[in-house]
Amino acid sequence: MTVASSSPPSRLLRAKARPGGDGALAAVFVAPAMLGFLVFLLWPTLRGVYLSFTRFNLLTPAEWVGLDNYVRMVNDPIFWDSLKVTVEYVVINIGIQTVSALAIAVLLQRLTQSAVLRGIVLTPYLMSNVVAGLVWLWILDTQLGIGNEIISAVGLDRVPFLADETWAIPTIALINVWRHVGYTALLLFAGLQAIPNGMYEAAKVDGASEWRMFWRITMPLLRPVLAVVLIMTVIGSFQVFDTIAVTTAGGPANATNVLQYYIYGSAFGRFQFGYASAMSVALLVVLSAITVLQYRLTRAGQTDLG
Amino acid sequence: MRRRTLTALAGALTLSLVTGCAQGDSTGASANTVTYWLWDANQLPAYQACAKGFEQENPGLRVKITQLGWGDYWTKLTAGFIAGTQPDVFTDHIQNFGQFVDLKVLEPLDDLGIKDSDYQPGLAANWIGKDGHRYGAPKDWDTVALFHNETMVKDAGLTADRLGNLSWNPEDGGTFEKAIAHLTIDRNGKRGDEPGFDKNNVKVYGLASNGGGFGDGQTQWSNFAASAGWSYLDKPRWGTKYQYDSETFQSVIQWYFGLAKKGYMAPLSDYNIQSNQANTQVAAGKAAAAFDGAWMISTYAGFKGKDIRTALTPVGPTGRRATMMNGLADSITKAARNKEGARKWVAYLASDACQTVVGSHGVVFPATRAGTEAAVAAYEKKGVDVSAFTEPVADKKHFRTFSYPIASYSADMTALMAPAMEDIYGNGKPVSSLDQTNEQINLILSQ
Repeated sequence: MTVASSSPPSRLLRAKARPGGDGALAAVFVAPAMLGFLVFLLWPTLRGVYLSFTRFNLLTPAEWVGLDNYVRMVNDPIFWDSLKVTVEYVVINIGIQTVSALAIAVLLQRLTQSAVLRGIVLTPYLMSNVVAGLVWLWILDTQLGIGNEIISAVGLDRVPFLADETWAIPTIALINVWRHVGYTALLLFAGLQAIPNGMYEAAKVDGASEWRMFWRITMPLLRPVLAVVLIMTVIGSFQVFDTIAVTTAGGPANATNVLQYYIYGSAFGRFQFGYASAMSVALLVVLSAITVLQYRLTRAGQTDLG
Repeated sequence: MRRRTLTALAGALTLSLVTGCAQGDSTGASANTVTYWLWDANQLPAYQACAKGFEQENPGLRVKITQLGWGDYWTKLTAGFIAGTQPDVFTDHIQNFGQFVDLKVLEPLDDLGIKDSDYQPGLAANWIGKDGHRYGAPKDWDTVALFHNETMVKDAGLTADRLGNLSWNPEDGGTFEKAIAHLTIDRNGKRGDEPGFDKNNVKVYGLASNGGGFGDGQTQWSNFAASAGWSYLDKPRWGTKYQYDSETFQSVIQWYFGLAKKGYMAPLSDYNIQSNQANTQVAAGKAAAAFDGAWMISTYAGFKGKDIRTALTPVGPTGRRATMMNGLADSITKAARNKEGARKWVAYLASDACQTVVGSHGVVFPATRAGTEAAVAAYEKKGVDVSAFTEPVADKKHFRTFSYPIASYSADMTALMAPAMEDIYGNGKPVSSLDQTNEQINLILSQ
């Protein structure tokens, strides 16, 4: 009898811990995302990694070649050169973009409440990368671009912005800063909104300057948001492709042959899908490493607000 | 964190998604339809007219023509081969032909009865693969000539006749370099051959820039290299060794890109494949002359307020003039849905019946002799003199015509040669650097 009377509560507990009806419902909710994850993320990733160990031209079956593609990659000066060009692009692009976005965000928060201004900041982002690239290509054309016409009209030498080894990468980096800075500023602006206004008021009472408040209040409290924004923009920046494709096509003399463009050319131009996959895997490793490092260094998961 | 990393994974590997494409049938083709692709919008009406003739001759068969821009054309075709949505018949280019043969996506056309003698010399033979099978039926040809702004030429005290009688050599550039120098004008109005000429502030270049020319130099340096006796490969077709390491070739390249150093040819920094090709420079009055192909005749003729004429390429050290003579062909895809219809259509496209119709539109030189004649007559009617393009084909004694390099791994060759040439043109790298590039290309070719 005692045995019988003690068993029902435990059954009840079990039932509470595993409510069968909710489980099925949860599965239904998760299924679409799970399907997308499996079909569009996991499977292609695994297949890409597999292809990096093969010689594959897309039309005939892949042929296993072991580490050949990786050996070739390590010995390929063009690969290292394109990695260098990519890093140069990312440093210029992210450096200038983050600082200007931060400045714009702080100005938006501290100086104005105008929704129109906030909208204007975002306008370049409404344009597609390809259109932005083409418009700047025409503005900056050495012979015919209006930008160079103005430069030459004020008596300076024309600048081959997109046609010179030294100028091409900084120019493309700045074109993309122009397009993305508003969006980045908006993300940071949202982060700023989360900082309690009382802190600034208290600081003002204590006689702190705007400059001091920026370094002592804004920066520390914005850090987690800034870190996430940095991680996202760095990943995006490493994947620069469309602007390059429409403005310089990797030239002059491979000066803008960024990794994504080299991968694309190897795959779709030269039908070397195995080698292109190997370089994609390398890019994946680089990006993962940078992301982990950034996450750790910036303590993106913690906040100082509290 | 994990999800963000995976987003990165996704971005880095989107390329691999393409491989997931499934075989599908979405073209809606039926047994009595032949699908046909071409890229030149100017030629679309001509081929529509030809298709009409074909449909009358073959009741029950219909030709569905799709025109795609050059940029999308090859991407879509490649995607089509993978996804099974390729056309039955498509316009093929020598540059891609070798690759397609290697990828085994083309249908042999040996039984179509294509005879060399039916076409302008050399055109038919170019479309025979390494394996000895024919994969293309010749449809047209083009050569290169010197387009020039007649007003600028007259202002310089030159005549079209003199421009057509120039010669050059890699030592001092000959009368060709003199003419180009004289056509060049700096900011102060000084000509390129006058004392005090400021090569860093040029207002009008004698010769427009068409870029580094990849590995073929079709409208850049190829006519010079060929008139100096050089050839791309050790054999006219399916050679196994490129010859960019030849002393002759490198001396030609040094001289040719040297024109830019002297201020007579626009520098590489003035060129952009998207925004500023040679024809744009001529249209904008920034250059007096430009080497360009027959496919550009209508473009140059259409420049408003500019009288553009054409002259022959200059006579080289061999005593002959030279121009690339490139030709397109029609190929049938191996996975074509309507092979029987496709064969009939290609045979018709390659016939005098179709090519004279195409020729009469005056947009391209068809491959058959009758087709070429029809085109010349049509251009004449429009008031365009095309003798600078047709003479080289008719007069083999004074002209050397050569084909676009025909070899395997043409995409790899281009990928390696493009930056190498730009390095010489734009960054002043020595021409001897081509030795190493040539070695790399030949290594790939020996696989």
